[in-house]
Order: sequence, then structure tokens, then C-alpha cells
Amino acid sequence: MNIFKIPVLTNSKIAENTFLMKCHSPELAADMKPGQFCNIKVSESDYPLLRRPFSICDAEGNNIYFMFDVHGEGTRLLSRKKQGDLIDLIAPLGNGFGIDDDYDTAVLIAGGIGAAPFPYLTRILKGSKKIVTYIGGRSSELVLKYGLENFSTATDDGSEGFQGNVVQLFESKFEMLKSSDIKVFACGPNPMLRAVKNFCSERGINCEVSVECAMACGFGICQGCPIEKSEVDGSYLLVCKDGPVFNINDIVI
Amino acid sequence: MSTDLSIEIGSLKLKNPVMLASGTVGYGNEISTFMDLSRIGAIVTKSVSLKPRKGNPPQRIVETPSGMLNAIGLANVGVEEFVKSKIPFLEKVHSTVICNIAASSVEEYVECARILDYEEVIKGFEINVSCPNVKEGGLIFGNDINAVGRITEKVRAVTDKPVIIKLSPNTSNISEFAKTAKEGGADAVSAINTLVGTSFDIYTRKPKIKNVTGGLSGPAIKPVALAKVLEISRCVDIPIIGIGGIMNWKDAVEFMICGAMAVQLGTVNFINPTAAIEIIEGINNYCKEMSVSSVKEIVASYHIQ
Ligand SMILES: Cc1cc2nc3c(=O)[nH]c(=O)nc-3n(C[C@H](O)[C@H](O)[C@H](O)COP(=O)(O)OP(=O)(O)OC[C@H]3O[C@@H](n4cnc5c(N)ncnc54)[C@H](O)[C@@H]3O)c2cc1C
Ligand SMILES: Cc1cc2nc3c(=O)[nH]c(=O)nc-3n(C[C@H](O)[C@H](O)[C@H](O)COP(=O)(O)O)c2cc1C
Ligand code: FES
Repeated sequence: MNIFKIPVLTNSKIAENTFLMKCHSPELAADMKPGQFCNIKVSESDYPLLRRPFSICDAEGNNIYFMFDVHGEGTRLLSRKKQGDLIDLIAPLGNGFGIDDDYDTAVLIAGGIGAAPFPYLTRILKGSKKIVTYIGGRSSELVLKYGLENFSTATDDGSEGFQGNVVQLFESKFEMLKSSDIKVFACGPNPMLRAVKNFCSERGINCEVSVECAMACGFGICQGCPIEKSEVDGSYLLVCKDGPVFNINDIVI
Repeated sequence: MSTDLSIEIGSLKLKNPVMLASGTVGYGNEISTFMDLSRIGAIVTKSVSLKPRKGNPPQRIVETPSGMLNAIGLANVGVEEFVKSKIPFLEKVHSTVICNIAASSVEEYVECARILDYEEVIKGFEINVSCPNVKEGGLIFGNDINAVGRITEKVRAVTDKPVIIKLSPNTSNISEFAKTAKEGGADAVSAINTLVGTSFDIYTRKPKIKNVTGGLSGPAIKPVALAKVLEISRCVDIPIIGIGGIMNWKDAVEFMICGAMAVQLGTVNFINPTAAIEIIEGINNYCKEMSVSSVKEIVASYHIQ
């Protein structure tokens, strides 16, 4: 973990509200693991004041990628970064996905911008595991396929693929997956993660989720990012330090 | 000409006036990966209470214009675990460690101070009578001048180490509280803790933090903090540690000019975890530029007609 200032190589719009930013950093490209994140200072002034957390989307050669939705002022400023601008960030942060367990098929479930950490996970798992991916979005334009493989899609309005949410899509395909030894990786809004957790824990499926919450520091000093533990022992876990990836058995979503 | 950056707060001698504020650096271990803590004037620990505290449920923080609201709720490991698992690290950093204590009764403050007084590495206590985010204690004491007097006297009686009373800005007469702390035997006061604030989502009409209100910190509170420091400086003869919205060395110098013997950095640590080192260097350069040989010369050096 350190502070880096890395140059933007490209920053382009890849969907209605989504940008893909490529930055040059041999060090981070080598050090970061799928599921980890960076805390980015989007402006040089005091507004916005706090850094903004973003998952590493991909790493290739000497470069790393971020995929982000324009949400408020911070991400709006980030979307305006141009080639040659320096990005001030703290990284690597968080734990990352547990990729080395004993399973043969990785099931990736992404809701909306929850797809962001999966291109890198796909790159790392490819070759050693079979990958099945389910991507959900509100409508066809909001389904983020960048860097993903062997996917099926779900849209709320039925404009592409399965009509319904991505967890329903996964559930509808579960019979097919059952025969293999699977591990589920999910990232998306909390209601989606809750549905994934309910489905997987009832069936004893090995499952990890990457969760989001408001953060100030991103590295464990502010106590601003608690998440409830399954085991009641009078303390919380911290999303930035103990997560952002958690086994579904360890947390209450 | 080399500048003498050292300062004294009661019997406490610090190598420079830059301290890290309670609750914004935990117990030091994470931030030590960014900077050498032995270069800092002092590090103030997260408030420690007699029993462990789980803290408030999420959401605990939200950003506001040039500031943030927090309602952490004094989440901490409790005195026993603090001694067992946090002190060993603090012993290794070769920095001056001030232990911040929070409690919900006078007896609890005293008990904590008594237990921690044995710890060699703790060079002083900062008494948090001003946390706005817990139902019992905290702010209630911060607004009760008699309680602040009692807490100061009782803690003073159980330790010879320097005692700093951390004052609340959520009162109209902070200098009266500073006077009471001085009369109770405090070596210094620190000001300010966070200001009570809130923020609502206009679509759900719900508060953005679960606790409804939180403590405002960051650049947004700097003018208020400066005015409080100035008020104490003009009314009471006691060393003041200035806190509130310091982002860079200029802010730190401004606090010192308004009467602060030392400063504490809070929210800035979240954004720039090496800020303390940059601020120490900045103060040093400023002293050179102003041809002052000791940083103490700038303390309360304001010119007011
Ligand atoms: C570990 C982690 C990884 C992330 N990865 C990505 C990613 O790869 N791509 C992406 O587009 N987004 C990601 N996000 C979400 C992203 O950080 C927010 O969208 C971003 O902070 C919004 O900033 P803004 O100024 O545009 O929005 P605003 O809404 O104006 O401001 C955001 C403010 O709200 C708070 N906030 C941010 N997220 C949340 C939340 N989930 N719940 C409550 N409060 C919140 C922040 O503390 C911040 O101060 C991630 C979040 C986390 C915690
Ligand atoms: C997240 C957070 C947690 C804090 N926790 C404590 C605490 O435990 N005890 C305490 O005395 N002050 C606490 N404070 C207050 C700070 O020490 C400081 O007084 C305040 O933030 C103002 O300074 P700043 O504007 O530089 O942050 C906390 C502040 C923040 C932002
Ligand atoms: S964001 Fe500060 S502790 Fe997690």
C-alpha cells in the first residue's frame, strides 16, 4: 500500500453512463490482485474532499484499467481525465478474491457496474478454471460485457437476453451447473448480493461477494466502513480492510 | 540559521508541534506504512473506553461540502485489549504517544487513566469530553462545565502525566470550559472536536447517516476552530492544541498565530496520509522565511487592533 501518481493513457466511454480508463503503472499491474481496489483523489482541491474507491478492472502488461459509472461529482470529474493527466491514488487496498480454493467452475455474477472487477478475475482464472458468467443490467445498453467471457445476459426490461434480474438468470441455469464443482463470485448492488447469498447459503455453495459502502480512508484508520458479522461478538468487520470481498458465511448483507 | 521546532505542553516536550488527532489514525499501525512516525510531534490514539465499544451501525460517514460527517460512535477495543494488543506496536514507533480516553461516567475516566498510567509508552492523556456521537457521556459532559471540572480534577489526582482536555465547539462559551480545565489542573486544552451536523437525502427524506446527526470535520470547520482557539488564547493562560480542518502547513501556521502551541491533523490523514511530514517541513520553511529561530515565537503572535 502506497500513494501513486500514475498517468492516464486513455479514458473512453464504453456504455451510456460508463467509462473505461487505462493508466500506466507497471508496479500496480504486477502487484494488484483481482477484487482489490484503489482510492482515487479525483480533484486537487478540497471538493470533492474524500478519495473515491474503485476496483481494479483489469491489468495487462504495464497498464491497469478502471471501469466506472458516472454517479456524482467525483465520477464526473474522473470521466474528464485525459491522456497524460496524473491520477493520484492509494493502492493496493483490500483483500481480493479467493481464487485458489478447490473448485473447477467459477460462476461470475455481475449486476450493473458490479461487472467492474471481473475482467481481471477472468484473465487470472482463464486456463485453470472453467468460467461461466451472468451479467445483468436494467436495459441492453447498461449490460457491461467488457472483458468478460462465456456469458449470458439478463435485463429488467427484457431488451436483451433473459427478462428479469441476474440472480433469477443464475437460478434458472443452476440445474446445469450443479454437476460441476462451482464457486460463485458476485458483485453488484446490495439487494442482488442478498439474493445471491440466500440462494447459495441454502445450498451450501461456496460463494464470495464484493461489497460497496461509503468510505473515507480506504485503509483502516477511520472506522467509517463497518459491515455486520454473521458471528455475533460485539464488533464489526471493516469493508476496506477485511474486505471488500467476503465469504457469504461471514457477513450479514 | 536552524529553526528550533520543539515545543512544550506542561511537562511534555515535543520535537515539533504537529500531532495526529484521535480517531483519525487508529492506533498508528496502518498509517506507519506511509510515514516514519518517529518524525511526528505526537500521535493521539483513537479514544479508548473502559469496556470495548462496537460503535454505531452503518452508514457512519458521509461527505459534505469540503467536509465530512462521522458518527463512528467511539468504536474501540477497550482498555484491556488496548494494553494487550496495541501498546506493543506503539512501543516500537519511537513517537510520543498520547492516549485519548472517552467514558460515560467520571469514575470510568478515572479508572481508565489509573490503568493506563502504568504504561511507560503513554506520555500523556487527552480526555475526550466532547464526542458528539454517543448517547451517554461525551457531548453531555462537553456541555456541562461542572462535569468537565470534576473529570479534570479526578483524572489529575490519579496521574502525574500531562492531562489535556479536549473541548467541544458545540457550546457558546468555550473559554469558560478552558478556564475550568485549567483550574482543575489540566496542562493544556485541545480544540476543537467535531461540530454537530446532519445531512438528508431529499428523495428518500432519510438522514444519510444512521445516527441522524454526526460530527462535522475537515476544511469546512476551520474558521470556527480558529475562532475558538483565538477566544481561548485571549481569555485563558493555558497551552492550546489547535484542531479543525488543517490540510496544509499554512493552515497549521494560521492556528499557531491564533494561539495554538501545537496542532492536530484529523480528516487530512484519510486523504493524504503523509500530510504530517509535509506540514512539519512547511512550518520549518516558514520559520526560516520569517527569520524566527524558535517556532514558539509564532504562537499567539496575532496583531489585532
Ligand atoms: C471497494 C469499492 C470498489 C468500487 N469499485 C467501483 C468501480 O470499479 N466502478 C464504479 O463505478 N464504482 C465503484 N465503486 C463505487 C464508487 O466508489 C462510487 O460510485 C463513487 O464513490 C461515487 O462518487 P461520486 O462523487 O461520483 O458520487 P457521489 O454520490 O456524489 O459521492 C459519493 C459519496 O458517497 C459515498 N458513497 C460512495 N459509494 C457509496 C455507497 N455504495 N453507499 C453509500 N455511500 C457511498 C462516498 O463516501 C462519497 O463520499 C466502488 C466502491 C467501493 C467501496
Ligand atoms: C472519523 C473520525 C473519528 C474521530 N474519532 C474521534 C475520537 O475517537 N476521539 C476524539 O477525541 N476525537 C475524534 N475525532 C475528532 C478529531 O480528532 C478532530 O477533533 C476533528 O476531526 C477535527 O479535526 P479535522 O477537521 O482536522 O478532522 C474523530 C474525527 C473523525 C473524522
Ligand atoms: S474506509 Fe476508513 S476504515 Fe474503512
